[in-house]
Amino acid sequence: MKVAVLKGGRSLERGVSLRSGARVEDALGRLGHEVVALDVGGDLVKRLSAERPDVAFVAMHGVGGEDGTAQELLEILGIPFTGPSAAACARCMDKGLAKNTIREAGLPTPDWFAFSQAAFRELGAADALDRLEQSLGFPLVVKPSRGGSSLGVKFAAGAAEVPQALVSAFSYDDRVLLERFVAGRELAVSVLGDEALPVVEAIPAQGDSYDFEARYEIGRTRFVCPAELDASAGTAVTEAALATYRALGCSGFARIDLILAADGPQVLEANAIPGLTDTSLLPQAAEAAGLTFEQLVGRILDLALKPAVA
Amino acid sequence: MRSSAMRDLMAVTARPEVISLAGGLPDTSTFPPKSFAAQMTRIAQESAAEALQYGPTEGFEETKDCIVEVMGAEGMLVDPHDIIVTTGGQQAIDLVCKTLVDPGDVVICEAPTYPGAVPVFCSYQAEVIQVECDGDGMRVDELEKLLERLRGEGRRPKFIYTVPSFQNPAGVTMSLQRRQRLVELARLHELLVVEDNPYGLLRYGGEPLPPLYQLDGGDFVIYIGTFSKILSPGIRLGWAVAPPPVMEKIVLGKQAADLCTSTLTQYFVREYFAEGRWRQYVEDLVEIYRGRRDTMLAALREHFPAAASWTEPQGGLFIWATLPEYIDTGDLLAKALRADVAFVPGQAAYIDERGRNSMRLNFSGVSDAEIREGIRRIGAVIAEQVELYEALTGEQATPARRGEADGADVLPFRKAGEASG
Repeated sequence: MKVAVLKGGRSLERGVSLRSGARVEDALGRLGHEVVALDVGGDLVKRLSAERPDVAFVAMHGVGGEDGTAQELLEILGIPFTGPSAAACARCMDKGLAKNTIREAGLPTPDWFAFSQAAFRELGAADALDRLEQSLGFPLVVKPSRGGSSLGVKFAAGAAEVPQALVSAFSYDDRVLLERFVAGRELAVSVLGDEALPVVEAIPAQGDSYDFEARYEIGRTRFVCPAELDASAGTAVTEAALATYRALGCSGFARIDLILAADGPQVLEANAIPGLTDTSLLPQAAEAAGLTFEQLVGRILDLALKPAVA
Repeated sequence: MRSSAMRDLMAVTARPEVISLAGGLPDTSTFPPKSFAAQMTRIAQESAAEALQYGPTEGFEETKDCIVEVMGAEGMLVDPHDIIVTTGGQQAIDLVCKTLVDPGDVVICEAPTYPGAVPVFCSYQAEVIQVECDGDGMRVDELEKLLERLRGEGRRPKFIYTVPSFQNPAGVTMSLQRRQRLVELARLHELLVVEDNPYGLLRYGGEPLPPLYQLDGGDFVIYIGTFSKILSPGIRLGWAVAPPPVMEKIVLGKQAADLCTSTLTQYFVREYFAEGRWRQYVEDLVEIYRGRRDTMLAALREHFPAAASWTEPQGGLFIWATLPEYIDTGDLLAKALRADVAFVPGQAAYIDERGRNSMRLNFSGVSDAEIREGIRRIGAVIAEQVELYEALTGEQATPARRGEADGADVLPFRKAGEASG
């Protein structure tokens, strides 16, 4: 089969995407497929039209590839592709939109407010910060609405730190979220098809859970899979993840990030195209479920070609 | 760089549409292709077999003669026996660390320091302590206090790493007085100083200052040099000069690392120096880079906010700009990349959390037009951040841009941001 691997692009997560893409290409080659590697740019439609692949493997992360843009083009061209539909990608990418959907589905997610830059520049939203801070309490989390990795995510321990955190978050997107901080265990549930894979837990090495950058520095975060959860917590987490996946209309695969707080799981966000590098969480979870990387890639491809099993 | 999130951001700077002020690239387009072809042809015709063969670990005597000449141009006298030819100056830093540093050892360097040295120190698990820089380079008085404190704790630093002339990234140069004091301190405490001097000959103004190696005579100073900035970084030729006991270990380390430095490029350097025009080529580069530095300084005055400050280097390749404290240049880079322009966030030059509101800007590897446009774009994204912060805090904008005393052509800062689109 002829498989086009879409990777790279202009997103800030270009580097991760190139690594995901390269690994997928190797696996597809070993599975005996004809691989066409596409570093996504202005000639994407031309190249896809010329190559006529049987299926596209979307290994792009962040804006442009994970937000439904590339998927929309693939739908127009009639090329089947891996992962969620354009509409589902768009819903997952915008954290505010995703949280609305999650809450409407009756699922727990930390309280939040979403703001555009225009609200602060033109409508004087800064005057509402006091009330908002009272409602959410400190510390609170400030994050860009769109953006896959932890880039631009900041903690504000007090009111004085909020403006600076907002300036940082607005560097990545024109919309930001201010979200209640929920203490608890950091978990990620990868969903493949309609099945939840074993839960991954991220454990900060030095116990400084306020430091998001720690996650991205080698050795400062330990990942445990399967996470050690008692049966009822495990079920609650997995069910919340699956319900989120369905509510957002995901198909193929996705990764749901949650916090397991004292009173149960809280859904943080969904990643429509989770990383596929050798340190990424989805491949780790698949391995814990007994799937090699080749088997995982093969299964993702099958799901793209035979959707709507349900 | 330690943070892989940051490393991924830097991956985006390589896109062709990005004006990158993030590199540290000399302008190799100025080297005449004809003479390159002639030199390589001569090598092929006269010494193909030798040039394609292994060479001595320490490097060829002829290469060392060229190095003696280059160091002589800055007033240094050096015994060829004390020289080892390395695969770029970067390998010299690595070999010095390999030779001297055990896990947990203290290494002292400047704050900010050369970003490329940080991962080397970290990979040998050194405990890095950074001493603040000002306009006259490393604060040697602070260094003195630090050395006293360490002595009180019974700890001896393995060495002090410094780029005294036109420092990467800060662009500052250590004053003569501080150079003398640093060399004195090294003697007094019997400490090694590693002097990394890639830019010494790229001087655009001011008087030449003696390298530490010259002041010390090579007893306590290990010297690192390179052909990268005066000829080509692509040939990967650098060198280290060290006292014999240290050199012996460096040679062993070099043997283990890669047996010898590229024979072919050593032959190239030999041919190139034989033509006797290397000084003139450096002079040509100096003319070009001086113009680009001036272009960047003028653009900074025009487009950066009043609250920003920057160094005015007398040589080298870099300007170091510092923004209001509430701007994190790592995050700013994400915004700048959307405007297709890049710089190095200051954090890369620190081991700790400092430098978050600074940035390194390169002017040597980009054209005057790109410098003007690049700085204009960065100025515009900073302006947006400043405006947003002021909207958030109710703080008032500072009306005039820095260094503009007469009000005639002063535009409100906000205007500069809006004009950019």
